[in-house]
Amino acid sequence: MLATLRWVIQRDVTLAWRGRAGVLSTLFFFVIVVSLFPLGIGPEMEVLRAIAPGVVWVAALLASMLSLDRLFAHDYSDGSLEQLMLTPQPLSVIVLGKIIAHWLVTGAPLVLIAPVLGLQFDLPPGALLTLIGSLLLGTPALSLIGAVGAALTLGLRGGGVLVSLLVLPLCIPILIFGAGAVEASITGTGAEPHLSLLGAVLVLALLFTPWTTAAALRISMD
Amino acid sequence: MGLKLEANALECVRGGRMLFQNLSFSLEQGELLEVSGPNGSGKTSLLRMLCGLLAPSAGEILWQGTSISSLKEEYFKELAYLGHANGIKGELSAAENLRIAGGLAGRRPSEEKIAEALERVGLLDGEASLVKTLSQGQQRRLALARLLLGEQVLWILDEPLTALDSAAVRLVQSVLGEHLEGGGLAVMTTHQPLEVGAGRTVRLNLAPSSER
Repeated sequence: MLATLRWVIQRDVTLAWRGRAGVLSTLFFFVIVVSLFPLGIGPEMEVLRAIAPGVVWVAALLASMLSLDRLFAHDYSDGSLEQLMLTPQPLSVIVLGKIIAHWLVTGAPLVLIAPVLGLQFDLPPGALLTLIGSLLLGTPALSLIGAVGAALTLGLRGGGVLVSLLVLPLCIPILIFGAGAVEASITGTGAEPHLSLLGAVLVLALLFTPWTTAAALRISMD
Repeated sequence: MGLKLEANALECVRGGRMLFQNLSFSLEQGELLEVSGPNGSGKTSLLRMLCGLLAPSAGEILWQGTSISSLKEEYFKELAYLGHANGIKGELSAAENLRIAGGLAGRRPSEEKIAEALERVGLLDGEASLVKTLSQGQQRRLALARLLLGEQVLWILDEPLTALDSAAVRLVQSVLGEHLEGGGLAVMTTHQPLEVGAGRTVRLNLAPSSER
């Protein structure tokens, strides 16, 4: 099972690296959206600090929606998804591998660049750390939940918009806890409860979404 | 006991249209099932059913007497499918494609075997270029190399001759012949009759019900 995970991750990361432009566009989208707010609002530190958690988190949410169609669509159109489904490995393990690879190439860069963007909002060092922590727990959960939507809308016309409509409502708890953690860190009320809840969401998503996604893929291939 | 693939009273309804019904056959080792029929008669649907990608509207498919929907991964271990799409990645080289396909199938092929399979299908430089720079026919040949490496006993081939030149068609003939002689089973759709010259060929015609 671990060998299967490794093969899928290696495969998808290699493919993403060979087609870097697509991956980088997600990252640039995130950077630009977050940077627009300080430019639009001007150097009012109080306001910026107050909106920073929400802005960064909403941008991360939208960026991960944007990258969801990359998860299965290419494999679907060139027939390699069929081949993956016919390998003698559980489909949920293959799906989990694909989601991990997807997070590594789209979610992880967001986590790494977020503190730099946080500086634009004059966030204190403690809040920057919480921002990293909350994104580290939250973005994998976004990828996991998004995968269900991506699998359900596979092969549909206008699937991209539909995925967002399906998945965004489900991501609201992650947004609330994620932004809440950073906010609590700024006001000094302690971010731990929010981070614990985010961790719980991540664990739940890890447990259930690979199976749900595998089932959704089977329906989409029928 | 020999290996056996059976279909019992299969029925296929796609988009509200009945494509075929009450379709039964049984296939044993060394036998080739050649499925023919006009476009839209359900050939691809039948093959996808046999792979377990599509659930039949009625009837069942048995492998060794057990329904394939309950066998799942056990069945996939024995099965190699070549669909309309080649199922290879354009951003990987030919050798990388085979290595990953082998790794996912749980039997990591040695480098010599990969080179051997590539040579057999006439793709000499496996590492040199990305697959997307190869021609359609060459990509189909690579998909054939995946079959050769897989060592699965049941081959399900959807129009394997698409985009292939006459040399490659002869290659498919000889590869299929060896597969059947080695005790393999194969199901194939094709518009061109193919003289395999080994094993036994069973023909199945999926004419629309009105013409039957």
